[in-house]
Amino acid sequence: MRISRDRVSSLLVIAPSVLAVAIFVYGLIAWTGYISTVKWDTLRPDYTGVGIANYQAIFAQNRFLMDIRNTVVFTIFFIAASLTIGLTLANLIDRQIRSEGLFRNIFVFPMAVSFIVTGVVWKWILSPGQPASSGTPATPQGVNQLFGLDPASNRWLTDSHVVFIGPDSPAYGILHDIGLGFITSPNIGIPIALLSIVLAAVWQMSGFVMVLYLAGLRAIPEELKEAARVDGCTEWKIFRHIVFPLLTPITLSAMIILGHISLKIYDLTVAMSGSGPGFATDTPALYMWQTAFRDDSFGRGAAVAIVMLVLVAGIVVPYLVWNRRQEVEA
Amino acid sequence: MSRKNDPKRVDAAGEPQASDAAVESQSVPQAPPVRGAALSDVFAARKIDPLDMVVRTEEEEQATRVRVRSDSGSRGAHSRGPRARILRFFLYAILFVFALWYLTPIYILLVTSLKPSSAVRLDQMWTLPWPPSLDGFFAAWNALGPNFLNSLKLAIPAAIISSMLGSMNGYVLAKWKFRGADTLFTLILFGMFIPYQAILIPLTQVMSNVGLYGSIQGLILVHVIYGIPITTLIFRNYYAAIPTELLEAAKVDGASFFRIYRSILLPLSASGFVVVLIWQFNSVWNDFLFAATLTTQPNWPMTVALNNLAGSFVVDWNVQMAGALLAAMPTLLVFVVLGRYFVRGLLAGSLKG
Repeated sequence: MRISRDRVSSLLVIAPSVLAVAIFVYGLIAWTGYISTVKWDTLRPDYTGVGIANYQAIFAQNRFLMDIRNTVVFTIFFIAASLTIGLTLANLIDRQIRSEGLFRNIFVFPMAVSFIVTGVVWKWILSPGQPASSGTPATPQGVNQLFGLDPASNRWLTDSHVVFIGPDSPAYGILHDIGLGFITSPNIGIPIALLSIVLAAVWQMSGFVMVLYLAGLRAIPEELKEAARVDGCTEWKIFRHIVFPLLTPITLSAMIILGHISLKIYDLTVAMSGSGPGFATDTPALYMWQTAFRDDSFGRGAAVAIVMLVLVAGIVVPYLVWNRRQEVEA
Repeated sequence: MSRKNDPKRVDAAGEPQASDAAVESQSVPQAPPVRGAALSDVFAARKIDPLDMVVRTEEEEQATRVRVRSDSGSRGAHSRGPRARILRFFLYAILFVFALWYLTPIYILLVTSLKPSSAVRLDQMWTLPWPPSLDGFFAAWNALGPNFLNSLKLAIPAAIISSMLGSMNGYVLAKWKFRGADTLFTLILFGMFIPYQAILIPLTQVMSNVGLYGSIQGLILVHVIYGIPITTLIFRNYYAAIPTELLEAAKVDGASFFRIYRSILLPLSASGFVVVLIWQFNSVWNDFLFAATLTTQPNWPMTVALNNLAGSFVVDWNVQMAGALLAAMPTLLVFVVLGRYFVRGLLAGSLKG
């Protein structure tokens, strides 16, 4: 009877946590889903059903479309830059350099800092300064001062430009001819101010990618590389054809982790710029929070939250399932 | 590369503790493989714990240094020609440039926060603070001191409770698997990826219904609940590496579920607890979303108060930077002192399963 009593103990120990996750993760998600279908647009809950009206309302708003654009742009630049820098640094550090520990710590410490602190500091560093006007010369500040840039053309977080394929571009006509004219809309472009946020986010997260890659590099048997060297492979070829393919699972993990962070990014934009000029740095997370908790439009806020959840689940669920399979095989 | 499978490297913490050494001597011949991790196929073949690889002991650092030094004398022409030397120079140059980039915000934080308000001008951002002044810090402490204490009152209990819970859960899910335990674990894991916006509205309702809205206790509870996935994950992997035979033997001797935990698992858990405590302390200290939504002014933790301070146009930049430095100080301090455990947490958090 001993075993069965231990079995009961084990289930009793884990039950509260399972219950908590069931209620606070799955239960509350279901409740949010329900709220997204009701009217509730004042401080007082109003559970009058409205169907999909909240979803129609948010997708009809230009701001939300901008948010989706920003999320896509942010995700692409953030992942590309973090992976490139992380992989580069890991490769450099793995070459038996002096003071390896010191360099590694310098690259990783931003992970220990909150996005709010990161945002406050980078906002200050990126303040552009006064452009020249009617006789007074320009007074560049921050990075502009450091690199001698003109504050008039380098506005950083306050830049309202969106780079898109305009009528002047040679691609404009071609895209219209092949039926892809919608790509030339200003709603599908790269807001310049958003890149400043990417800069701060990459500063914070690239060290983490380096750590992942470094662990991967150190798991690759030296004999493998040595054998290739004996066969006359150049270092680049070894990296391209042996090392990099072996790092694929790490690249995938890093992309998923960075990707789900960028879909949720909130603190950093709040601290740096809020919605930014012309919603250039707005994100779905910010839109959700302001809609629900500032404007008391809880039904719509819930709809935004559910859209975010679907986006995140779209990349995380396959990853978890894949992980689970791997474990079963192992 | 002997460092890769040197048995001495088993202890990832680098400071072999009696408890860890005990496991080794019992029956772990080499580092425990992390089960079913996404990267396991890469690592499993080498029978190494990926957590160990980044974290090298002082001894090994020393060994590398010695090796590098002797290399420069004896390696011979093939790698020490002028070309190799130029490459080496560029290697350090690139690392140095990146290091400057990573350290720029720290430099700015320090020089700005140490300037008196009169010397804080935007066009003098990069100059050294001379003479340095602590006015910024006094002003920042006046404004943020209570919130700093709030953050401590929040993060310390939350981290402790979370890690105890995670340890028990990890024990069950690693060593007392029941039918469907792995599926349940995957379902729990999902909770750490969700955008918290998807639960925030009903969560505020629940918190006000139970009378915890606005309080630090309520926020502790929230962090403990949403910390369950990550703490369970780390401990489950940690305990999976402890040989099951050890537990079987104890069971044969009549030890109960709790007795096994107390006498075998817990004494071996020291470095696991350090990793999880650091992880949770960091995430709770640095959290903004929950705190901004669920607390009100006198109970604001540091991040919310700092954001509010920085958002106001009447606060001098030296005060803002001093405030930011105060907000970053505890987690940075933990990183400096226990960095290797921090890195272990980073890796553990990214390797699922």
